[in-house]
Amino acid sequence: MPDSTASRVSLTLASSLESVDQVERTAEDFAARAGFDEDTVPNIAMAVREAAVNAVLHGNAYDPKKHITVSFEANSDALVIRVADQGAGLDPGTIPDPLAPENILRGSGRGVFLIRAFMDEVHFRQLHPGTELTLIKHRAPAQPAA
Amino acid sequence: MSMKVSTRQVDGITILDLSGRITLGEGSVTLRDSIRDVLAKGSKKILLNLGDVSYIDSSGIGELVSAFTSVRNAGGELKLLNLTKKVHDLLQITKLYTVFDIKDDEATAVAAFAA
Repeated sequence: MPDSTASRVSLTLASSLESVDQVERTAEDFAARAGFDEDTVPNIAMAVREAAVNAVLHGNAYDPKKHITVSFEANSDALVIRVADQGAGLDPGTIPDPLAPENILRGSGRGVFLIRAFMDEVHFRQLHPGTELTLIKHRAPAQPAA
Repeated sequence: MSMKVSTRQVDGITILDLSGRITLGEGSVTLRDSIRDVLAKGSKKILLNLGDVSYIDSSGIGELVSAFTSVRNAGGELKLLNLTKKVHDLLQITKLYTVFDIKDDEATAVAAFAA
């Protein structure tokens, strides 16, 4: 029986690719335990991975003195994941649209787009210094009994 | 699990059989180096077999796009073979499905390269 009541996990990690992998695995485990289905869990894990990549690569720029913090929280309505870095800050309004014809053949710039594609809500908050992304996946409404 | 690449030739086409994860770091670098090596050897008709690619992230997608443009800029052709459902869906979402020439049968893919 998945635990759909309040539960929470927090991680503080170095700015490394190993941390990204750890965050992805934690997201996958947490979403599965929270009761999300096998089609949704990989999408949540990918969105969280992309957020962690942004935090490590673009936010903290692999700076060993900086950390990322990631928290996972599940309640009866949704899964809420927060990913924060200590970087210069990211203005989501400056992110180019990767679907625009002039950007479609770019070799990068699809991370935030995929996060938005796979999550129901994505919020940016400036931490001065740093950026916090909040990713929310709502639980599907319960199916009426047959 | 990191990515592995093995290379073979079929009727003048260089086929790269990729397996594992194409993600930021090792997987993306391995793919980039493999494409560079193939082009350096003068092969310009390249088929990427993604049938055993279990996972790809935005960095991996970007690397596929970079491979496509690198080969095209060198006067060659790059096609994709055997997409898993996950990779197929990601290319649909990112509107890259129509950018790549994608095949699901190796013989058909090999025959589709310009003579």
